[in-house]
Amino acid sequence: MKQHIGIVSVGVLLLAGLVAPLATGAGTPGFYTEVLLGGLMAGVLYSLVALGIVLIFKASGVFNFAQGAMVLFAALSVARMAEAMPLWAAALLGMGIMVLVAIVIERLVLRPLVNQDGVVLLMATLGVSYFMDGFGQTVWGSDIYSIELGIAKEPVMILEGVFQGGILINKDDVAAALVAALLVALLALFFQKTSTGRALRAVADDHQAAQSIGIPLNRIWVIVWSVAGVVALVAGMVWGAKLGVQFSISQVALKALPVVILGGFTSVPGAIIGGLIIGVGEKMAEVFLAPVLVKTFDLAGGGIENWFAYVLALLFLLVRPQGLFGEKLIDRV
Amino acid sequence: MSDAQGAGDVILAVEGVTLSFGGVRALNEVSFDVREHEVRSIIGPNGAGKSSMLNVINGVYHPQQGTIRLRMDGALREFHDMDPHEVALSGIARTFQNLALFKGMSVLDNIMTGRNLRMHTNLLLQALRIGPAAREEIEHREAVELIIDFLEIQAYRKTPVGRLPYGLQKRVDLGRALAMEPSVLLLDEPMAGMNVEEKQDMCRFILDVNDQMGTTIVLIEHDMGVVMDISDRVVVLDYGRKIGDGTPEEVRGNQAVIDAYLGVSH
Repeated sequence: MKQHIGIVSVGVLLLAGLVAPLATGAGTPGFYTEVLLGGLMAGVLYSLVALGIVLIFKASGVFNFAQGAMVLFAALSVARMAEAMPLWAAALLGMGIMVLVAIVIERLVLRPLVNQDGVVLLMATLGVSYFMDGFGQTVWGSDIYSIELGIAKEPVMILEGVFQGGILINKDDVAAALVAALLVALLALFFQKTSTGRALRAVADDHQAAQSIGIPLNRIWVIVWSVAGVVALVAGMVWGAKLGVQFSISQVALKALPVVILGGFTSVPGAIIGGLIIGVGEKMAEVFLAPVLVKTFDLAGGGIENWFAYVLALLFLLVRPQGLFGEKLIDRV
Repeated sequence: MSDAQGAGDVILAVEGVTLSFGGVRALNEVSFDVREHEVRSIIGPNGAGKSSMLNVINGVYHPQQGTIRLRMDGALREFHDMDPHEVALSGIARTFQNLALFKGMSVLDNIMTGRNLRMHTNLLLQALRIGPAAREEIEHREAVELIIDFLEIQAYRKTPVGRLPYGLQKRVDLGRALAMEPSVLLLDEPMAGMNVEEKQDMCRFILDVNDQMGTTIVLIEHDMGVVMDISDRVVVLDYGRKIGDGTPEEVRGNQAVIDAYLGVSH
């Protein structure tokens, strides 16, 4: 019961935050919608990174700290290869590279460390993360590169009849959202309908039992890290197209940590919804909450976007540690 | 050693298996064989090495000495350092003493995973459920439905396994193993923690599997009454050594076995 009160109050708080700017007239409906959409777009990117983390955690119980580094590595690979070939070819080749990365990680990191503590594996992925950050720059260079998706950059004005002044949206943002939705749908089909998907879910539930019915653990790990690698590639391309491919991608991707805490470590829908909540939440806070804070407490303001997600995650850890959709862990004593 | 009723050739042979964990000898030169279509039980007091034996056959542990041989394509073949999934590929299925089901998945999906090895169509076709993939899915689904009927769990098809009572979970565990259509089925204390009715049901299922499907069964069990009732032949282990081997009557009269179970006055 106490649990419910906690989660309900956090929910009410979030909702209040969502409608407050409108109710208090802090922004016009048009501007408000723009901020909301901007938040959703950022959220899609967080979701994509979180998705990779959830996939790997589900199948191998490893928290993959290196997901952000994988996003950067994939984006760098595609951006540099696209200089010499068409983008689709670079993307396909990039997928091949991510599968190769998955195979190498399974062989050199996961297999020798099988049955070790979660902390050991977390440290290992931390190592992988820094290695990939550096190695990516060694191979591909450390400048800022761009990925051209071939979609016009100039924003389009829509809904001019509904809101005064209309709403500005970017075509590439819409494309990104569509790509993300398509990816999630494909993953859902893969997990629910295919025998490999069934094997992945089985491994996630119980390694030993899965092996006893003939599911090869090592191959499943390679598959799941490959899938996470492809998800990283999509995230990297979308992100790189929007903001340019640079080292900071790897850092910003750390926002996926509060996202998975919010959504639950084992839930694919949780990763998506968690990402959207964080994305919208921090944009709203930055635009509407910051001025209020500045006025009331006479602060310098700014920077809310940097800590808001983590505070939200902390709140969730207090009231619902398993996240919105995570499995509740009950240990029999 | 007397011939078990209706039993055929040797299908599984354990020869001189020794397994140590550091200084502890869990199994000490244990040898026995299992014949086709029989119910072969392994019994012994706590810590006798029963589960270790099962885990050796299953490929979880690799013994320091000795070999396991399994009849494959008509000949006994040694399997050497096989992983559990390779053992499964060669036709040995198992259930677990402490349930190891896929708790988040439905009864149906749990049992379907047992058919995974037999599904070969392309991923993309499977995802869209078209053409050969749809046919394959239906074909395997039919096999699974037969097992569900057989185990009398029709009503729980779509229920997540974690929500079922213990006795039913044990049945799902058995069902998943049966779905592999194994030639040898290893049962690790299938009756542990059950009440009398559940035990009777489980006994019936085991005997029916043995009878109707002709599956060879290797059973580890604590409950002596059950073992004596349903086994064709029994191996008795104590402190990792084999101390008895034969029909239930022979084993019951064996002095070493009586001593191991009841203790000897010193």
